Amino acid sequence: MTLRRVISGLVCGVALLTAQGEVRYKSPDDLVLSADGKRLFVVCSGSDEVLVVDTATRAVTGQAHVGKMPRGIALSPDGSRLYVANSWSDNVSEVDAATMRVLRTLPAGFEPTGVTVDAAHHSLYVANRLSDDISLVDLSAEGPSAEIERISGGRGASYATASPDGKRIYVSGIYPQPGKFRTAPVTEITQIDADTHLVMKRLNVSNAAGVFHMAFSRDGRLGIAGELRPKNLIPLAHVEHGWVFGNSVALFGEDIGDTVVQMPLDQMDVFPSQPFGVAIAPDGKRAYVSTSGSNEVLILDLAKLVAAARSPLVARMANDLSAASAYVTAHVAVGNNPRGIQLSPDGALLYVANRLDDTISIIDTAHAVVTGSIALGADLPLTAERRGERLFYSSAYAYGHQFGCATCHLDSTFDGLNWDLEPDGFGKDIVDNRMLEDIKDTAPYKWNGGNPDLQTECGPRTEKYFFRSQGFRGDALEDLVKYIQSIPLRPNRYNLPDGEKTTSQERGEGIFNRTAKKDGTPIPDLQQCFVCHSGPHYQSADSVNVGTGKPSDRSPMIDIPELNNVVNSAPYLHDGSARSLEEIWTVYNPQDKHGVTSDLTKDDLNDLIEYLKTL
Amino acid sequence: MRHATSSIVTARFAVFLLALSATAADLPRFRWDNFTTDNGLPNNRVYCVAVDGDRIWAGTDNGLALFENGQWKSFNVADGLTHRAVLSLALDKRSHDLWIGTMGGLNRYSAGRFDNFTQLTSGLPNDVVYGVSVYGDYVWVATAAGGGRLNTRTHQWNLYNERNTPMYEIWTYGVNAGPDKVYYAVWGGGVLEYDVKTERWKDYNDPDGENEIVLFKDQGLIHEITTSVSYSNGILWAATYFGVSRYDGRNWRNFLDQDSGLPSNFLNQVKTMDGTRTWFSTDKGLAYYDGTNWATYRAALDTHKPEMLVRDESGKVTRVTAETAPAHPYTFGVDFQGNDIWVATAKGVSHGIRITNGDSQK
Repeated sequence: MTLRRVISGLVCGVALLTAQGEVRYKSPDDLVLSADGKRLFVVCSGSDEVLVVDTATRAVTGQAHVGKMPRGIALSPDGSRLYVANSWSDNVSEVDAATMRVLRTLPAGFEPTGVTVDAAHHSLYVANRLSDDISLVDLSAEGPSAEIERISGGRGASYATASPDGKRIYVSGIYPQPGKFRTAPVTEITQIDADTHLVMKRLNVSNAAGVFHMAFSRDGRLGIAGELRPKNLIPLAHVEHGWVFGNSVALFGEDIGDTVVQMPLDQMDVFPSQPFGVAIAPDGKRAYVSTSGSNEVLILDLAKLVAAARSPLVARMANDLSAASAYVTAHVAVGNNPRGIQLSPDGALLYVANRLDDTISIIDTAHAVVTGSIALGADLPLTAERRGERLFYSSAYAYGHQFGCATCHLDSTFDGLNWDLEPDGFGKDIVDNRMLEDIKDTAPYKWNGGNPDLQTECGPRTEKYFFRSQGFRGDALEDLVKYIQSIPLRPNRYNLPDGEKTTSQERGEGIFNRTAKKDGTPIPDLQQCFVCHSGPHYQSADSVNVGTGKPSDRSPMIDIPELNNVVNSAPYLHDGSARSLEEIWTVYNPQDKHGVTSDLTKDDLNDLIEYLKTL
Repeated sequence: MRHATSSIVTARFAVFLLALSATAADLPRFRWDNFTTDNGLPNNRVYCVAVDGDRIWAGTDNGLALFENGQWKSFNVADGLTHRAVLSLALDKRSHDLWIGTMGGLNRYSAGRFDNFTQLTSGLPNDVVYGVSVYGDYVWVATAAGGGRLNTRTHQWNLYNERNTPMYEIWTYGVNAGPDKVYYAVWGGGVLEYDVKTERWKDYNDPDGENEIVLFKDQGLIHEITTSVSYSNGILWAATYFGVSRYDGRNWRNFLDQDSGLPSNFLNQVKTMDGTRTWFSTDKGLAYYDGTNWATYRAALDTHKPEMLVRDESGKVTRVTAETAPAHPYTFGVDFQGNDIWVATAKGVSHGIRITNGDSQK
């Protein structure tokens, strides 16, 4: 055994178990390669670290502990520094790429997810998923003032990429922009001028809810992003034109023109689910797309793809299941939940981060085959939760293998959409997509409270109304439920570090807990906020009529939802008709059924909302 | 209606038809290019203008207009605005985002995208947004139901009204945010000052109370009905419907049409360039004060011919020959573009192109 192998084994053996004795997987999310192709840096959201892989020996040779839940990574062009977006620590770790020592921690916004380096201006751009903005960080500065600006991004700003010449920065959003009820979603790619730090363009990706990684051709004239096109405005039973989701790529840049062109990856009988990572070959002949729900990498013929995108018929092509056969040339099976992908400098090899395998697949691009796999950690036993997580992210169970739980619950959260789920007619029983954080003890489930437990919700109900195919049963169902029950609550960004409350939050708490109106009139129990929204999750097992039901709903009785991190999950109400927390009361509570709010001033309502943000 | 004549020595100055005097030569002269609906403006009633480099924004009674590359482009409710009537504009000089106060909410225009903030969908205190100002990460609004501040990083709103400030009237009409102070013009309630460091509020009111006379001319704010505030280099200017006030932190100095070069005591806006050089948008013309001399730019109220009136330190008024004038004497506001000026008027937008010595006015 060589010394390198020994070190690799030691590195891999670290942090297998948490202090609580839980198995801790690496869960590689993204990766970057040194310019010489010799070292692969892999960011692992499960173990809060960056690993170094020697591409020659295919062994792990180093690591650095970074912040919590790191998801994005970038390498400075000179190869000396790594920047890691720590999504739960709200900062970026700067790591010496040679020694893997963390040099300093840089500030960012809420849930930084992607990062890219602007070497010419010695700065960083950090995509902040929960604050919907982009931190501009001055690498010459220290401390909080290093974050010199927050640039308004698209909703769920998550992935950042610089154009090859470094002059433009692109940031994609994973959630649709706020819009009117029951209108087609639009997701934004924000284009920033690196010289001026100004937003040059906001590329609207229409009918899209979720744009993920982006890549550029070497000349910078073509950009490609993985994207999801939901069909949430029509009942899910309508299978024609791509059924529930259109798994697609968005094309933009000079080669395409002024607009974003969306090209399907789906074919009549093959649905490459959840396109996520993208890479373009150095010679510009092929593009690669990881499909994190189908456990594959697609290979696209770029010339044919661009030709199709320039076709006069392109406007009709986004939902055309016959289009992709012209440019999708291969499907390469890889590991579980492939995420970030990275080409070697010569384009001969493609590295794929398999998040739920703790491995890196190596694809020989010339032959479109996997030639090797790199284990990032020891061969850990699969826990029920891990098996369940694989099921959650897999699209193997739905009809046509088109989508899975994670297609709507992006990264185990939500998608910002309301859905017409059941085949009961157009526009009936519209439901908002609910968050899944810390829901173990929040039964019953479903907006009408019809599912007494997660086994019902995720088993027969999902099978019948979502997948329309044999779904999760037996041990698989139990594993899936265990995983969903283990999804933690994300850190709340509105609580003060010392646990204290702002005066506004304190006043809001008083309103939440009040039992009488301002004039002293008692408020009936069921109209007191804290009666229904009680306990650690601010919910209860009852269904009530709070006056928010619509004529198109079968019943006005609504399950009382949990309120933890409610600030993140707009739109609101059972059908997503309230665009903001304010609208719950300013628009949809005319009879004081959903809490007594008619005697509140605007100041009071703002205070209440400031309190709700802390839950 | 107040007539500040009883205690002030009123002087009516003869107007001399003279060639350009030495005093006038020191004051800026302009060739005025005027834009109306004939040129592509969506409406001739223009409430506000904002300059962003080579781009000019105008808020009109029927939409937002952008002058770029020699052409006007319009934005209205169908494009994403919350209301057609645009009352106020403020440019974030860092991001070049434009903040837009309307009769129906606040909007942000950012690289082609409109973001909406209304009293129903956000913490905005009221949908009638008379004034907006940006400094750092904060956007300040003056609304018909008090002031408000949006933290663009946390998305938190703070409201300022009679409950937490000395504001006894909540009809706020203008706001100007600076690095150390934020000022509100409270219509019928004087001026409100926010100290950024101490986070404390202080109000400034007319020492004559609501009497429609000036008993103590330079002992405080000229009138309670304030419409606009402008703050620079430690100097506050406050415009009212009954004159204008200047405050340097210790002393007040007030100006009326009777004893200054103001063409009218009815002011819609005051905007200072540096605390001294200051512009006044009135119902009878656009005025400028350089700390000593005054100038008024307008079409004469009687003949409607272009004129520039200059009033020197001695009070002598000179009419300087002018070939052009702003589109209408009723002016709402200005913004600066280098040496040029853009003016919102009741009949279009005017571009004042600075004339330097030797230039023709044509």
